[in-house]
Amino acid sequence: MSCAIHARGLRFTYPNGVVGLDGVDLHVTHGERVAVLGPNGAGKTTLMLQLNALLKGEGELEVAGLRAGEDVRELRSRVGLVFQDPDDQLFMPTVREDVAFGPLNRGCSREEVEDRIAEALAAVRMQELADRAPHQLSLGQRRRVAIATVLAMRPSLLVLDEPSANLDPRTRRELMELLDRVERTMLVVTHDLPLAATLCERAVILSAGRIVADGPCPDILGDTDLLAAHDLELPEGFDLGRVPLRA
Amino acid sequence: MSGLNQTGIAGDPHSPIHRLDPRAKLIGLAGVTLVAVSTPLEAWPAYVACAATLIVVAALARVHPRTVWTRVRVVLPLVLFVAVFVPFVREGDPVDLGPVTVSEQGLATFATVSAKAILGTCSAVLLGATTSFPDVLHALERLRAPRLLILIAAFMYRYLFVIVDEVSRMRAALAARGYAPRHALQAAAIGRVATALFLRTYERAERVHLAMVARGWTQTMPRLNVLTYTRADAIFVGALAASLLSVRVIAA
Repeated sequence: MSCAIHARGLRFTYPNGVVGLDGVDLHVTHGERVAVLGPNGAGKTTLMLQLNALLKGEGELEVAGLRAGEDVRELRSRVGLVFQDPDDQLFMPTVREDVAFGPLNRGCSREEVEDRIAEALAAVRMQELADRAPHQLSLGQRRRVAIATVLAMRPSLLVLDEPSANLDPRTRRELMELLDRVERTMLVVTHDLPLAATLCERAVILSAGRIVADGPCPDILGDTDLLAAHDLELPEGFDLGRVPLRA
Repeated sequence: MSGLNQTGIAGDPHSPIHRLDPRAKLIGLAGVTLVAVSTPLEAWPAYVACAATLIVVAALARVHPRTVWTRVRVVLPLVLFVAVFVPFVREGDPVDLGPVTVSEQGLATFATVSAKAILGTCSAVLLGATTSFPDVLHALERLRAPRLLILIAAFMYRYLFVIVDEVSRMRAALAARGYAPRHALQAAAIGRVATALFLRTYERAERVHLAMVARGWTQTMPRLNVLTYTRADAIFVGALAASLLSVRVIAA
């Protein structure tokens, strides 16, 4: 496994003719945390679905050491997608059963499944609520469980879609701290530029289905003109210099 | 939506009834209904036996009569509403009841239908009070009910709360803009709400499916907990079957 993601000229057109991806070139090495920024409709979600073979485009794509279409089952356990709305991700009656869903589909043994549940719930600090139903949890808690359901598959690459959407400031900060502790290659699709600045060392801007900028997070986020050209902006008063920069 | 935010379990969750295998409870309580439904009026002691059994089960599970009553109240009036017309419609020997005259055979039918309805409803309510809905589905799956139906029921249960929340938000949004229908023509807005809700639900279904596939779904629902049919379960089902069937046979 040489790289986490390697895409060259990746294209995807939806059946109704809408172009989702128009030649994406992206190279992510292991251990990197990359923020994918971009305006609405830029193709961020389309790119995310490609990474798990939920959509198949044209062009070169290698994810977590597997070429596109090679071993889909293995690919899906190496790449964990966390969807934006946790209600889409949590479909089992209880938290515990939901976290077990992935490992059971993989055919893990009972003991291993139990181990993975304990490990994943501990990583998101949700052990006490394991027997609750998803609708009894707050949005922040559901989002943490959604991350646990993916961590239980022990993926090498974690892809998060808008992890901070609709969270209050405190829950958002706690979630960022939690994600910061997760030792995984991470692709964070987001509109939340301060979150990108805190969590990721590198950022790419996806616009109209292409990667239009790629570089260290402080450089990309410090370029006001570049951000403005792609409908992005930092919150007023946000000081990039005061973000605890990652090495 | 506090009324919906419950698992439905009532009584003491650690009672011997609650701890039984859901299959045993499903078979046992469906059996009570079956005996009640198959009993004619002449074999009325079987009704008494069924009622006694349900009372014993409720007492063991420590389900309060008030809980049973509040739940039965939801279903029973609909069933009895149909039965209440039978004495007036059915032909037979006339019986004078003050201002109205009813037929004797009709009254007999009304009595049996009511008894069957009450017993059937009560045993369903007791099943619901002692077994969570996912457990009932798990039991049905193990008893070889069609997988697809179980899957549909499971998703209905999971997303009911989500959809109810969406409906109440949409209603609030309508009310906030002064929507207070006074005549039928103004109901058009409700139709649009229903359409929007259908589309949202459809889109959600697609996203849920993607999320399932992303975690390696293989067309069957994996089960974390294994059901174990123990001696207590066999005794429960055996005791119910022996007592009810013997009363039913002797009374007939």
